[in-house]
Amino acid sequence: MSFNMVVLVKQVPDTSNIVEDAMKPDGTVNRDALPAIINPEDLCALEEAIKIKENSGGTITVISMGPPKAEDALRYCLCMGADKAILLSDRKFAASDTLATSYTLAKAIEKLPCFDIIFCGRQAIDGDTAQVGPQVAEKLNINQLTYVFNIAQLTKEYIVVKRDIGDGYEVCKSPLPVLLTISSKANTPRPPSVKRAMAYKNLKAQKGDNGLILLWDHNSIGADPNRCGLKGSKTRVKKVENVVLKTFDKKDIQPTLDCISGLLKELMEDHIIG
Amino acid sequence: MEKNIMVFLEYKKGKLQDVSKELLSKARTLAKKLGSKVLGLAVGYNLKNLPELGEYGADKIIYVSNKELSLYRSLPFAKVVISAILHYKPYIVLFGATHVGRDLAPRVASNLQLGLTADCTELKIGDYRAGKILYKDQLLQIRPAWGGNIIATIVSPESIPSMATVREGVIAIDEITPGKKADVEEFCVEFSKQELLTEIIEQSIEEKDVDLKGAKIVIGAGMGAADDHIMELIFNLAKLLKAEVGGSRPIIDAGYLSPHRQIGQTGVTIRPNLYIAMGISGQIQHLVGIMNSKRIIAINKDPEAPIFEVAHYRIVGDLKDVLPMMIKAYKGILKKS
Ligand SMILES: Cc1cc2nc3c(=O)[nH]c(=O)nc-3n(C[C@H](O)[C@H](O)[C@H](O)COP(=O)(O)OP(=O)(O)OC[C@H]3O[C@@H](n4cnc5c(N)ncnc54)[C@H](O)[C@@H]3O)c2cc1C
Ligand SMILES: Nc1ncnc2c1ncn2[C@@H]1O[C@H](COP(=O)(O)O)[C@@H](O)[C@H]1O
Repeated sequence: MSFNMVVLVKQVPDTSNIVEDAMKPDGTVNRDALPAIINPEDLCALEEAIKIKENSGGTITVISMGPPKAEDALRYCLCMGADKAILLSDRKFAASDTLATSYTLAKAIEKLPCFDIIFCGRQAIDGDTAQVGPQVAEKLNINQLTYVFNIAQLTKEYIVVKRDIGDGYEVCKSPLPVLLTISSKANTPRPPSVKRAMAYKNLKAQKGDNGLILLWDHNSIGADPNRCGLKGSKTRVKKVENVVLKTFDKKDIQPTLDCISGLLKELMEDHIIG
Repeated sequence: MEKNIMVFLEYKKGKLQDVSKELLSKARTLAKKLGSKVLGLAVGYNLKNLPELGEYGADKIIYVSNKELSLYRSLPFAKVVISAILHYKPYIVLFGATHVGRDLAPRVASNLQLGLTADCTELKIGDYRAGKILYKDQLLQIRPAWGGNIIATIVSPESIPSMATVREGVIAIDEITPGKKADVEEFCVEFSKQELLTEIIEQSIEEKDVDLKGAKIVIGAGMGAADDHIMELIFNLAKLLKAEVGGSRPIIDAGYLSPHRQIGQTGVTIRPNLYIAMGISGQIQHLVGIMNSKRIIAINKDPEAPIFEVAHYRIVGDLKDVLPMMIKAYKGILKKS
């Protein structure tokens, strides 16, 4: 029993560590001031695929759409245990919203000889949209199971998973092929193998059909340029603002019994408490 | 063309979710601006009390009833929503940004080639100019981005309907019209085997141990309260004030409180009369969840803590000292009155 698996990974700016100079005065974000990392939950998705490969055998292809430097992310995935990587990089892909992104990713997946399971992260930390997974599944006309934190059973015909439903979880079963989105609850991704890291140190993405990291553009996947990038995107950013939250009428209350009593009395008179 | 607003109504075990009521209320406000109607899309099996949704703002309920729709599953629900959009041609479609809405809406958007904005915290109607073209009456979809550090306004002028998922709790239900009834119209959708692929074997739902959204007074515990003794004092004070206790993400991650109690961007949005922030630094992801509070008291030993920017009452001090004082002071007031 072996499985053909695809993992979709995105390189994202590390928004959890926003430093002061990452915000421009006009309120937009200076992407270059933030370190690029692999979206954390995409590594959880890859980890699930690697576990399946270890238990049942199979191949793992990682795909990323992004600028040329996303090749670093793919190299990291190979070091973790993926077999093959595809970098979708093309000027025409720039400024894609989730609709254009899912179109491009789906076109690339259709080029692969076959697949049983597609893995995505639950959501990417730069946009927190969680849209690309279901949108890819729809484009490929396959079933989806989102918010998955455990794969309970897997056979050549079907998969059984546990998935979060907000106020609890459910166990459900679907035939293959299927697209899963994996949450960080699923696992702790393993570190890259040192041996592979040495071997792949100078690995670069290359055009054509040979190599471990293939570099594809819109022609390689037969994508309609009108459905890619900014042209293929239906959403537009009208405006961005820096978030400034401030309250104007402020009072300092000394940390003494009298002052605190006074405050509580005031709140009672205003019918806020009591 | 009539610019109607469709709201996907989310049911769990036959019960309409709060976020759907909030959305109906918001849709009524937006529809007033557009001079249009609010259509509720109720998808399930044996759903009750549909005409009464008129009280929240629905003019018409489109009811799709089928045994296969008893529990949420992506494919049949997506088919229903897609069919309803094609048939009723709404101008705007809104979903709750719940596990269901965030699973369903992207599938629909992908099928119909529509723009979709996730996790909105505010919706407005306004114009959008792109070069020489002026798009009137656009849905302005406002959402935090980049981990909450910026607020973006998104539009999708070239695809109709505009679609958005909206966070639970960010919209106040401003008005209920008692006795107002919505028309109910049945809409039929058939399914093929290919749409019924998922089999739900088991569901386990944890009852919520708290309702922070409806609470009048909320005490928020942060990492400054990460101490068993301080937490005990906080619960004592909460009991006295008849307050609910919530917290910041790290105090929940540290196991002091259950996940239902998390306040903020990835937790609940609250709108109490009084919020008391105890040992909370006041990072933006927490603040977005508390900014609808009428009054905010902050207690923090660091006078520079950003929470003091938004607090109406600032107490610089150590919780170990201030909490016992608050308890004593309040007991004193109660005794006198
Ligand atoms: C994408 C994303 C989403 C997030 N979502 C949320 C969310 O929904 N909710 C949320 O809360 N956070 C969220 N966070 C985390 C958020 O950024 C902050 O890390 C968090 O709010 C900080 O929690 P805190 O104030 O309890 O802890 P800290 O920042 O560690 O602050 C503790 C405070 O306690 C004070 N203190 C310490 N001891 C005492 C004492 N004895 N007496 C008085 N004061 C004391 C300190 O001065 C300090 O100000 C999110 C982060 C990201 C990146
Ligand atoms: N540019 C991309 N390249 C590859 N995978 C992506 C890309 N964007 C999103 N994904 C996948 O879709 C998931 C959800 O992303 P998002 O919808 O942006 O929150 C991510 O965790 C990835 O698995």
